[in-house]
Amino acid sequence: MERFFLDVAHLLAGGLVLTSFMLLYQTRMSSLLVVFALQAFVLTLAVGWQAHVQHAPHLYITAAIALILKAIIIPYALSRVVVRLGIHRSIETVGGISLTMLAGMGCVALSMVVMMKAMAAADPLTREDLAFALSVVLLGMLIMVTRRNAVSQIVGFMSVENGLILAAAGAKGMPLVVEISVAFSVLVAFIVIGVFLFRIRERFDSVELQVLDDYRGERR
Amino acid sequence: MVLILDLAVQGVQMLAVLALAPLLLGFTRKVKARLLRRQGPPLLQPYRDLLRLSRKEVVLAENASWLFRSAPYMIFAATWVAAALVPTFATGLHFSWTADLIAIAALLGSARVFLALVGMDVGTSFGGIGSSREMMFASLAEPAMIMIVFVVALVAGSTQLSHIAIFMQEHASLRVSLGLALVALVIVALAENARIPVDNPATHLELTMVHEAMVLEYSGRHLAVIELAAALKLLLYVSLVGCIFFPWGIASGEPSPAAYALGAVTYLAKLAAGGFLLVAFETSIAKMRVFRVPEFLGAALMLGLLGTLLLFVSRTF
Repeated sequence: MERFFLDVAHLLAGGLVLTSFMLLYQTRMSSLLVVFALQAFVLTLAVGWQAHVQHAPHLYITAAIALILKAIIIPYALSRVVVRLGIHRSIETVGGISLTMLAGMGCVALSMVVMMKAMAAADPLTREDLAFALSVVLLGMLIMVTRRNAVSQIVGFMSVENGLILAAAGAKGMPLVVEISVAFSVLVAFIVIGVFLFRIRERFDSVELQVLDDYRGERR
Repeated sequence: MVLILDLAVQGVQMLAVLALAPLLLGFTRKVKARLLRRQGPPLLQPYRDLLRLSRKEVVLAENASWLFRSAPYMIFAATWVAAALVPTFATGLHFSWTADLIAIAALLGSARVFLALVGMDVGTSFGGIGSSREMMFASLAEPAMIMIVFVVALVAGSTQLSHIAIFMQEHASLRVSLGLALVALVIVALAENARIPVDNPATHLELTMVHEAMVLEYSGRHLAVIELAAALKLLLYVSLVGCIFFPWGIASGEPSPAAYALGAVTYLAKLAAGGFLLVAFETSIAKMRVFRVPEFLGAALMLGLLGTLLLFVSRTF
């Protein structure tokens, strides 16, 4: 039975890494948001399973927050923003998809190596959860680095936060207050960024971050 | 006596895959037509097509070489052997020691080389396009296949399909690496069989076709043999998925007629389920641009690599 618990936790955390790769792979804004909602849903399942395995009822609240806030409200709001900005078509990436994928594989390998070395004494459930969480965080950062569009950078940021929640769920004894405050800070960040998006568009007629750099006189 | 019996069972498997392959093709065509609310050809239509083709006269291009005439039989032989090696209703058959995943990948690879060669043999431009595209896809599909083989071999401790099937029967578990390998294998299978997101098996629109472009110059019995080889390849991949990831019902251990019968029934059920899922997927998706295909196959390669990486994490338990 213990083995089965581990297998399912492993499967769900691995699924989260997989959805991160799907986020990297998507080139369309609307499907990017759909995959983001899917990632939040997988996160809900993973956290719910951890709650069940660890007998930690407060984790169910975390799972519920993830489901309502990140699988439903934020993707819905973002898709409305995208439609209003008129950019629900294609997004370009820097350096092509296969290179990005390879970099992502490198991130996963790095986080595996780091976690296996650093947490050799911890129990396998926690260790693997942390390894997966670190790769989700790194992949989210990779999304933010490779994408030029402001909306897809938000998605990358939110996916970093998904990785943090997964890490929090795996580490036993994370207080609920912290999780709730993290969730609400993300919501606030989302609102602020949403306002900024429209301000950027008003000022520069585009949400490409390249335009901002050009405006400041910086060259890439 | 035992040897004769063993050989007979092995022979039954070889003939069964040959006999079932066109039926699977007919089944997928029928289901696809029904899903599109059309009547569709009868289930046995592929057999009739093959019979008719084998009776027709062969029309050869003037500058066709000996390779053009002999390659269909090479392709057919390699594919048939590969398809007959995959355990269908029973493991541990007489030649199961040769049923190695790497050997099967190599047999399919050599069949592909012949196909690409004859695509360029006559010198028409479509054949050349088809061959070059086939090789472009293969350069990504084959590494992906090898990564899948790595994952499965690391989990089961063997590349022999009989061992793998028995291992999976005894140690059924939800390993995330196996899930990734399954998705990757499905992607590779779609690309190798020229199914919809990669190539449309029903089209003769020149700009999009890959497999059809290579066999465009063939007619008569040569075409019949090539079509039969394509049907065998589809059957091979469905049985490969069934044997590695869903090995329930395959007769293992002491051979007995009852176990074989159970294995045969579950095998037919797996074929039907596999064909139905394939068609359901195909009708829900559009064909992608040719230059998107490397990304699609790159995803399979990536999944295989990820599965291998994750195995080193989960090895601890």
